[in-house]
Amino acid sequence: MPENLACQPVVVKLPGALVRLFPEAPRQVEIPASALVATVGDAIDALDRRWPGMRDRICDSTPSIRRHMNVFVSGERATLGTPLKPGEEVVVLTAISGG
Amino acid sequence: MTNKVLILVGTKKGAFILESDTARKSWELRGPYCETWPMNHVIADPATGTILAGGGSEWFGPAVWKSGDLGATWTHSSAGLAYPEGETPIKAVWSLAKSGESLYAGVDPAGLFRSDDGGETWNHLAGLQNHPSRPHWNPGGAGLILHSLLPHPEDDGRLWVGISAAGVFHTADGGETWETRNQGTRADFMPEDQRYPEFGQCVHCLVMAPGMPDRLYQQNHCGMYRSDDGGRKWISIEAGLPSTFGFPAAVHPRDPSTLYLLPLNGDSAGRYVPDGKAAVWRTRDGGETWEDLRTGLPQGNTYFGVLRQAMATDRLEPAGVYFGTSTGSLYASADEGDSWTCVAQHLPTVLSVETMVVED
Repeated sequence: MPENLACQPVVVKLPGALVRLFPEAPRQVEIPASALVATVGDAIDALDRRWPGMRDRICDSTPSIRRHMNVFVSGERATLGTPLKPGEEVVVLTAISGG
Repeated sequence: MTNKVLILVGTKKGAFILESDTARKSWELRGPYCETWPMNHVIADPATGTILAGGGSEWFGPAVWKSGDLGATWTHSSAGLAYPEGETPIKAVWSLAKSGESLYAGVDPAGLFRSDDGGETWNHLAGLQNHPSRPHWNPGGAGLILHSLLPHPEDDGRLWVGISAAGVFHTADGGETWETRNQGTRADFMPEDQRYPEFGQCVHCLVMAPGMPDRLYQQNHCGMYRSDDGGRKWISIEAGLPSTFGFPAAVHPRDPSTLYLLPLNGDSAGRYVPDGKAAVWRTRDGGETWEDLRTGLPQGNTYFGVLRQAMATDRLEPAGVYFGTSTGSLYASADEGDSWTCVAQHLPTVLSVETMVVED
């Protein structure tokens, strides 16, 4: 991997309904390569360190991504174990739910 | 000193607050709060003036929300509010109760958690899961929910819980060990020779008489009961009521013999008020006799129900009584139930009603 790509941050896009629960959180978060984020689970842990409690909103205690939350990496539905490469984009979405 | 009264309303889509002066004639509605999450139980901690709301979002899971400024701003937490990895995750918080410095939360699937820091972090009281009956608990219509929480007012170690449909349980050691407290309550949904089991009854709502901690009342799926010995033995008090079925029960703030119910027409008959006419039923003698209270309530073409946590009293003199309906209306009485006024309409389905008296 070229050195400049290896230094690129993982970019996480968060849904509005989630960031409203964490008043300081932006819709788009960059996790620097220095954080050594290797999987989706690592990225969510990094979010939780910045905004305590955010992991519990995205993941349940199984642990897995909540049933009505979706996480996509490079357009594919991901699990907590999905690997992440530097510069990759993680999109967190609220799934269809409710009544 | 000026007092005001708050009605704390949990609904399917957020928490709401109604506010009045002590005359309780005119109410102002605020909300929705808690990001419109379903809020199963909204309570006040009178010692701190904090409002706490327990619920769960289909998207974001369970949490307890907290407001220290009467609803203006809120935070939420679910730190520690989880079963061990691999077990069925918690869907929602169903009930909250304050006891001394501790806060208790009952959850779905049924279990009990305690917070000693005002709801910031939670610890699982795993003793309830270790009860030998646990593998045999079955969910009721709303899930396997721990919906009633009654801490003893003087003994920190004692606590009663109501679980649908596992029954009533009591601990005398702060949640380490538990025993069933269901003797005398029916399970009509079981075969004829098994209708008084040790556990498995569908308790709908469990309340404690003021000043008499061992006097408990319960509205059950199958009857209405009173116990005068902390639930060791229950006696039926349903004679004189229009139905054995209902969800809520609310005690008077000072009189241990006064209780309010809102019977519904039956578990397989629609579960709305009997004959399409709304009535709160009151006893002044511990369930020996009942009177129907209808003044101001709709007396025709009325098909709402009232859920298990959706009726409450306040501590003023005379006591206020309140209930919220499945159709999003809220009714209030400022004269102990003698007359009623509709104080809010068109809310989401009301899941819980509690009150708070605030001294400015």
